[in-house]
Amino acid sequence: MDFNDSPEEAAYREKARAWLEENAAAHKSTSANGRRPNSPEHMAAAKAWQTKKAENGYACITWPKEWGGGGGTPLQSVIFSQEEAKVGVNYGYFTIGLGMCVPTVMAFADAETKTRFVGPAMKGEEIWCQLFSEPAGGSDVAASRTRAIKDGDEWVINGQKVWTTGAQYSDYGILLVRTDPDVPKHKGLTMFWIDMHDPAVEVRPIHQASGGSEFNEVYFTDLRVKDSQRLGGVGDGWKVALVTLMNERLAVGGSSGPDYKTIMELARTTDTVNGAAIRDGAFREKLADWYVAAEGLKFTRFRTMTALSRGQTPGPESSIGKIIAANQMQEMSNAGVEMEDQYGILTDPSEAPLQAAFQQSLLWAPGLRIAGGTDEILKNIIAERVLGLPGDVRVDKDVAFKDMPTGR
Amino acid sequence: MNFDYSDDQKFLKGEARKFLEARCGSAVVRGVLNNEDVSFDKDLWKGVAEQGWLGAAIAEEHGGLGLGHIELCAIAEEMGRVAAPIPFASTVYFVAEAIAAAGTDEQKADLLPKIAAGELIGCYATSEGPGALTPGAVKCKVEGGKLSGVKIPVTDGDCADIAIVLANEAGRPGLFLVDLKGGGVTVETLKSLDPTRGVARLTFKDAPARALGAAGEGFNITEQVFDRAAVLLSFEQVGGADRCLEMAKEYALERYAFGRVIASYQAIKHKLADMYVKNEVARSNAYYGAWALNTNAPELPVAASAARIAGSEAYWFASKENIQTHGGMGFTWEVDCHLYYRRSRQLALVAGGPKVWKERLVTQLERRNAA
Repeated sequence: MDFNDSPEEAAYREKARAWLEENAAAHKSTSANGRRPNSPEHMAAAKAWQTKKAENGYACITWPKEWGGGGGTPLQSVIFSQEEAKVGVNYGYFTIGLGMCVPTVMAFADAETKTRFVGPAMKGEEIWCQLFSEPAGGSDVAASRTRAIKDGDEWVINGQKVWTTGAQYSDYGILLVRTDPDVPKHKGLTMFWIDMHDPAVEVRPIHQASGGSEFNEVYFTDLRVKDSQRLGGVGDGWKVALVTLMNERLAVGGSSGPDYKTIMELARTTDTVNGAAIRDGAFREKLADWYVAAEGLKFTRFRTMTALSRGQTPGPESSIGKIIAANQMQEMSNAGVEMEDQYGILTDPSEAPLQAAFQQSLLWAPGLRIAGGTDEILKNIIAERVLGLPGDVRVDKDVAFKDMPTGR
Repeated sequence: MNFDYSDDQKFLKGEARKFLEARCGSAVVRGVLNNEDVSFDKDLWKGVAEQGWLGAAIAEEHGGLGLGHIELCAIAEEMGRVAAPIPFASTVYFVAEAIAAAGTDEQKADLLPKIAAGELIGCYATSEGPGALTPGAVKCKVEGGKLSGVKIPVTDGDCADIAIVLANEAGRPGLFLVDLKGGGVTVETLKSLDPTRGVARLTFKDAPARALGAAGEGFNITEQVFDRAAVLLSFEQVGGADRCLEMAKEYALERYAFGRVIASYQAIKHKLADMYVKNEVARSNAYYGAWALNTNAPELPVAASAARIAGSEAYWFASKENIQTHGGMGFTWEVDCHLYYRRSRQLALVAGGPKVWKERLVTQLERRNAA
């Protein structure tokens, strides 16, 4: 039991480090604007860096070489990401496209389509988004209502998607639609790739409860797509969607925001009625719990990497990560805010301690508990796929989609 | 990255599981639970000694197998899984580790081979009354090589041959080896939350005592020993918590209510998922503890504290929610749930409770941040 790379892993890390050292500095966006995510400068830097990586086999390390990938292992990909994060050039714009959408295209599209899209996506020239969630289908993605009706060699699409990450800067998307409402819900879905610049596609930012607007609604009004844009068979959309979701990138990064060290720092300089908060027994007990949970996550990731290193495929066990991280973020940020007492109400970064870090994460935390699988769905996944407990009783399984009760 | 048992260690763990499942079913645990006059299962103790596990981490020159501490962790996990009713932890995690860490060459050569052979049962006596162990709480005294005072409760004090006792000599805390079969010692068996691990009051009156480790170092050595024991105990906790989750799962899959198995209700599924999450957090922290223990890393105090806190929390949660999942059956003497509920308390308290370890962890973190 140790934390050392195997000789092959160490050699790869050394190679990656040397390459990053030589190339990363020129691709850091350092201007004030360039440091702000979603600014044109930030995006330009990200794209240039992605091109550089693609040219050197570091863009999609696990993809086959004939598609321009690195022909490497999942663990090499993790190692590269770790080293990349250290030099501060990891941008998030391409994660969903290269992690989920393009692999789906590669699995289901014809040769011509693949040839057209894989290269530009890998180089960061084109960005992809994933259009699955709907107002009436969040956890229950198979309840999608966005409707596609065949018209000759084309399909006409109307409806709405929601919580689409990156729709505002994406060039293409993969879209899950209802093609047959007369069969049960899983059987009437079909997947297409679409052009996000089509005038029939409208992207509207969501004004989130946190105050920010990182996600979008996407509306389709008589969007016409060719039948050749279909990924997989008509009615096979759910099978295709499962492939997309299985390609979800191995989560190796920790969550951002204040951690146990941040709140220790706050506690050293903040008073309770009995002196510094760091001396408060109740706080110290909680701090110990947070440390233990954070370390538990870190070492669980190490165990996942070990499985990769031994050539095993990590299973859905990694679902525990987000449950712990999101809840801990919420509890810890509230503890920080309450520690600040009356002052805790302030969100102004120039007034609130630590640039309002705790207030910001307090407002962001509810979203983290929902995004990418709610706590409840993740617990179902653990219960069913890890522990082997039965699935929920499904009252909609054998009912035609159009006859399903929908409520509001 | 190599953060898991090796294949050899997995093999050893698998053999331990087979052996313990065959030799330590719940009937064996209940044999001790249901008989006040029996403090441990002698056949199992003999079998474990024959396997060499008492000396797994004891050097070959002292009659042990000379394996590493990761191997001992693997065995501990399996011991915890079956709630083995033997003085394994007291003898191996506390006493053997203390002698190996602080004993003279002569003490090691005298005692470790006997421990490895299963001829000597040990206990580690620190507590004298309710509340956390502090220097002011130690009243036991040694004068002219004679120990006087009372230690209560002493886990496995009712069956041990020797005790390591924390006592003051000339106003300074030290550790002392006392032969419990010799003169000046009165042993009284007491009732406890977990009768499958015996507990005693040891009353010393001018009992002959030999120093273990340097004078004045009693608390420092105890801290080191408790750190090492905490990691090993955390593996027993992980093993027990895993078994509770398995029991809850097996029962939920066969128990019908309202026309279907209760494992199909989300209230039960999410409860079991919560158990799984806590068990994995405990396992990952225990692994880090194992690494620190095996390499004598400077991180050991932090790693041991985290392993102990996570292990105590996971086992507590799993053992109480296992009973809850079993419903009324879980509250009967005949169903095994309470064996684990009881053992979870014994393991969480034996080397100091979670509050003490949380304080120790935060103190270490402050020190680390200041450095």
